[in-house]
Amino acid sequence: MISQILQGLFKHIDSFLMSCILFTILVGLFVLYSASGQSLDRISAQLVNVTVALAVMWVAANIPPQHLERIAVPLYVLGVILLVCVALFGEISHGARRWLHLGITKIQPSEIMRIAVPMMLAWFFSKRESSHRISDFAIAAILLLIPVAFIMKQPDLGTSLLISASGFFVLFLAGLSWRFLIGGAVVIGALMPIFWSMLHDYQRRRIEILIDPSQDPLGAGYHTIQATIALGSGGLTGKGWLNGTQAQLDFLPERTTDFIFAVFGEEFGMIGNLMLLVLFSLIIIRGIVIASQAKSTFTRLLAGSITLTFFTYAFVNIGMVCGILPVVGVPLPLISYGGTSMVTLLLGFGILMSIQTHKKLVASG
Amino acid sequence: MRSSTELKNYQNEQHDFKLRLAALGLLVLIAFSILAARFYFLQVKRYDYYQTLAENNRISIVPITPNRGLISDRNGVVLAHNFFVYTLEITPSKVENLNDTIAEIAKLVEVSSFDLKRFNKLRTQSHNFESIPLRTHLNDVEAAKFAVNRFRFPGVELKSRLFRHYPLGSLGAHMVGYIGRINDKDIENLKAAEVLSNYKGSDHIGKSGLEQSYEKELHGTTGFQQVEIDADGKAVRILSSKAPISGNSLILSTDIKLQEIAEKAFGERRGALVAIKPSTGEILAFVSMPTFDPNLFVDGIDVENWRLLNDSLDKPLINRPLRGIYPPGSTFKPFAALAGLEAGKRQPPFSISDAGYFTLPNSSHRYRDWKPGGHGNVDIRRAITISCDTFFYGLAFELGIDRLTSFVRHFGFGEKSGIDINGEVSGLLPTPEWKKRRYKQPWYMGETVIVGIGQGYTLVTPMQLAQATAILANKGIAMRPHLVSGISNTKTGAINTIQGIASDKINLDEKNLEIVKLGMIDVTLPGGTAASVGANAGYSIAAKTGTAQVIGIKQNEKYDADAIDERHRDHALFVTYAPADDPKIALAVIVENGGHGGSAAGPIARKVMDYYLLGKLPPVEPEPEVNQKNTGATPKPSVTNVPEEELHD
Repeated sequence: MISQILQGLFKHIDSFLMSCILFTILVGLFVLYSASGQSLDRISAQLVNVTVALAVMWVAANIPPQHLERIAVPLYVLGVILLVCVALFGEISHGARRWLHLGITKIQPSEIMRIAVPMMLAWFFSKRESSHRISDFAIAAILLLIPVAFIMKQPDLGTSLLISASGFFVLFLAGLSWRFLIGGAVVIGALMPIFWSMLHDYQRRRIEILIDPSQDPLGAGYHTIQATIALGSGGLTGKGWLNGTQAQLDFLPERTTDFIFAVFGEEFGMIGNLMLLVLFSLIIIRGIVIASQAKSTFTRLLAGSITLTFFTYAFVNIGMVCGILPVVGVPLPLISYGGTSMVTLLLGFGILMSIQTHKKLVASG
Repeated sequence: MRSSTELKNYQNEQHDFKLRLAALGLLVLIAFSILAARFYFLQVKRYDYYQTLAENNRISIVPITPNRGLISDRNGVVLAHNFFVYTLEITPSKVENLNDTIAEIAKLVEVSSFDLKRFNKLRTQSHNFESIPLRTHLNDVEAAKFAVNRFRFPGVELKSRLFRHYPLGSLGAHMVGYIGRINDKDIENLKAAEVLSNYKGSDHIGKSGLEQSYEKELHGTTGFQQVEIDADGKAVRILSSKAPISGNSLILSTDIKLQEIAEKAFGERRGALVAIKPSTGEILAFVSMPTFDPNLFVDGIDVENWRLLNDSLDKPLINRPLRGIYPPGSTFKPFAALAGLEAGKRQPPFSISDAGYFTLPNSSHRYRDWKPGGHGNVDIRRAITISCDTFFYGLAFELGIDRLTSFVRHFGFGEKSGIDINGEVSGLLPTPEWKKRRYKQPWYMGETVIVGIGQGYTLVTPMQLAQATAILANKGIAMRPHLVSGISNTKTGAINTIQGIASDKINLDEKNLEIVKLGMIDVTLPGGTAASVGANAGYSIAAKTGTAQVIGIKQNEKYDADAIDERHRDHALFVTYAPADDPKIALAVIVENGGHGGSAAGPIARKVMDYYLLGKLPPVEPEPEVNQKNTGATPKPSVTNVPEEELHD
């Protein structure tokens, strides 16, 4: 009886993916404990985030993909409307206009778009199954650029980058021609100098600092310099949990959120870093397998996009902390402190699980 | 056949999809390999380097604050500069017992109660880990004394810092402004403007006046040194450095000597004066009386001085030219006259027969002239000269409020002048729409009538009044008023001259301008309301006097009866430009509770013009006394045969 209920409860949970995710989250809690100066308050707050996110994941895993396909368009339209509202009467906080007051609560519509954009594009291509012409890709690109433009304007570089990536992956997986891809890259490369010459000095300066933070060591570059010192001094095996001097001595800014990887790398060293990459790789491989086995165009594209977006998260964040990518506000997935990114990530994994487990049911039934 | 093609397509598509997934998988592999390589580089290859930085030494990025730009007047007289002084600073978080430490320090160098009060005030405003000055301006002996005993005081540092100093003290303080310590709100603003990193190491920021509005120019670019420091925080080695770039210097259009003459002419009286060069918009003098010493604010003002300034009935901290609002009174009449003439009304030889009052059609209410019994036969030129209320009541009525206000708005009434200091208010030019919005009441015809003589809801700032006069003098061409005429780049030495910018051009009939001008010239000739101002001038002066009821700067209720009496006297206003035929200077003067414009405000304007036009210094004489009898509702003429204008009730 009880085992039946349990079986029912976990019917739509992919056990391999679930194990990897839970293990990564656990690692994250340990790092957070160290990074926050051993603050149990932070840990319990993060546990609340994780609980909420897991519940969201469970719900998503239990919704059949066909239902998801049906809500793709309304969700996207709602998201765009909310983005317009943010642009018109959003609340400004820390110099960016991202939040919308809805009487009782505040929401950040750009977060909705993280999942709504790949869903919308996957739906779009699944409706045009037989023929994917250039014009289809053009329409899809417009569907992608509308929300990205709004979010860029807020400004929220990190989120718009991730949404662009998620949309690009759908386009690519739907069969965007290689010729077009290479041609596009060449054209953009050729247009760069022209674009550059049109910019104001101060705009150029901001881009230069974005690319090479060491030019502004008192501002943007400070993070990167301190993060590389923390990482480098971790060495091969790391200084050990709770022993990272740079992290503990207040040298590292934003060490529980965007720069938490520096704490991890200082305390667990290169070996720890590689193991984390392996953990991430396992999640990505599982996602790719799910995508390759998916039965419909919609689920295939969506699964592929969710998986590769997760990869983008991880790569951009670690790359930025290591000083090989510009500093944009992207958290380390499953590890950085914060509820919003945890919920959107696990929502994505819930959809992956739904795609995988409902396929089995359809096949067997 | 068709279905088999579709199947084939499907298979192709499946195959292509898997191929693409594989390509992305390869991308993941490459990307993660790059990260792994980077880990190897940072954590294995350069481990020793970073290990050294992290463990034995630490990298510290030390900002080098730039020198703040100077401010000087048009002749190069320095109004704000910097000099090095020794300061003794304490970082509270590094000190075990703050009171004992301060007591010990006091045995070595003098620490006054003033210093202590300031220190305690700053402590409440800053974080524990910030370094807060206990003593400033230590002399060499004191500095040496402390240096010898330094080892006894961990957390206390002797610093040589650049200090801002205003050598002329209170002269032009409202114009130059002052800098003060950066507070949380400043940090928010700097963050929003994305320049916070440029303020690392800076303790001060412009708080008012030009110091505030030209902060971007004055501050300069912060340099830095990347240094290795040992465990004690001492610099071991400089890794890299970038020199700071000093801030740019401001050159004002103001002549500080003229400013001084104007301020002295006010004596003990409160008020404001703004003088403008009409052809360029350059501001020649910018007076707000009483004034204050900006040096008090640089290190953080102490409580006593702050109370003294802030609670004073005279409100010395208010920037009167920009924030003092007054009814324009009769100084509004030349503009109303021009509005009438341009609308084709009241063209000579039109005249009225003034019986001493005006009535609206079908009404018996009398709008009285200031002169009981009236002025007799009055045309528009004479109406300006003798400030005939009855004439302008009728004119405003006939023009209507909309035509009148939309015309004078071009002269800047009801609008910010756009001067290069922050905090300007826009005054008020009332319209029926405004009244409906503000009071939810309809506009009454009687309100139009009194707008004609500058009463009713109309409010102006001295800056606006001066600018309107300058526009009139410049025949309708509005030049944007500015205090800074040049910005000198400290790096290259190049001076960027700020040109006059015409912000508006009103199309005016030369003939009408001439009529108004002649009316205004007559004001300073025998028979006009300010005949004494024009006496023996040697150049022709176009002017208009005005008197306004007291409602401007908010009155405090606490003062004693005598004071109330004095402070309820009318404000004296005076606008003028000269020489009338080729205006070189236009100005507006307001003397609060000064009584009549011609006698109280006029002489101040005359001294300023005498110096500016003729280089004549005012004779050394005891400060002119305000005529004590000239109060309330029954003013007595202060100069015989000069009609005294007065407010209607």
